[in-house]
Amino acid sequence: MTKEVLLVEDSPGDVRLTLEAFRDVGIDVHLHVAVDGVEAVAFLNQEGTYASAPRPDFILLDLNLPKMDGRQVLARIKNDESLKTIPTVILTTSDAAADVANSYQLQANCYLTKPVQLDEFEALVKSISDFWLRKVKLPRPVQ
Amino acid sequence: MIANGSSENGKDVLLVEDNPGDARLARESFREINRSVRMHLASDGLEAMDFLRQQGTHRDAPRPDLILLDLNLPKMDGREVLALIKGDEKLKKIPTIVLSSSETDADVLISYQLQANCYLRKPAQWDAFDSLVRDINLFWLTVATLTQRTLSK
Repeated sequence: MTKEVLLVEDSPGDVRLTLEAFRDVGIDVHLHVAVDGVEAVAFLNQEGTYASAPRPDFILLDLNLPKMDGRQVLARIKNDESLKTIPTVILTTSDAAADVANSYQLQANCYLTKPVQLDEFEALVKSISDFWLRKVKLPRPVQ
Repeated sequence: MIANGSSENGKDVLLVEDNPGDARLARESFREINRSVRMHLASDGLEAMDFLRQQGTHRDAPRPDLILLDLNLPKMDGREVLALIKGDEKLKKIPTIVLSSSETDADVLISYQLQANCYLRKPAQWDAFDSLVRDINLFWLTVATLTQRTLSK
């Protein structure tokens, strides 16, 4: 079954790397990209041009985003009765202890630090898809 | 990569599991794949909460880096334990993985509603169980960035 994944990421380079890495892992994934926090929220609430957006099975969220910060997006997801069940994994370059603690406090499902090296980034995306899209039991979407 | 805040390098994992066979398998798997893991066992929900709140015989219990939680437990149900963890400002930051033999949609959904960090189905076969413990160790104890203990007190 195709998994709908929402990637919230403003860096075009990282978006491309993630797309390519997901393509290589052999799981049927529809990757949707939101380039800022406002767009992510519109996608999740099916607003405006996202009226027919699917409900994501899984969200990968950067913290430092234009327009609306990733921390705010995370807080919105986890305070929304319908959206809070979507596993939301933080994927960011920050490894500041405060960002890690704050993300878990806001109930991020997991915090991952984006590696700088290309091959390490690919390996990370591979382990994300292997663990979260293959091993983990995701909630069945109630549409 | 920065070592997790504690002075020692080991990771404390709390396993909440009432089945002695499953507990033993998990312990053996961890021992084989990651020697830095110190596994602590709570065999019912009340004991798990005593451990986490450092009460009773668990006064000196360390704060776990990771919790593996079964759903069907004696004395206090795993769902209730999960709700208590995720409703506690100090404990909610600890990644809590539901590891249950139940595969019903309702159990999966309620776990995510209660903000379990992830839900894994406990396989019946020994080798599949062993491989799941390896996956947990690989993803949560090597790939994921966990809260530093110094900040989480």
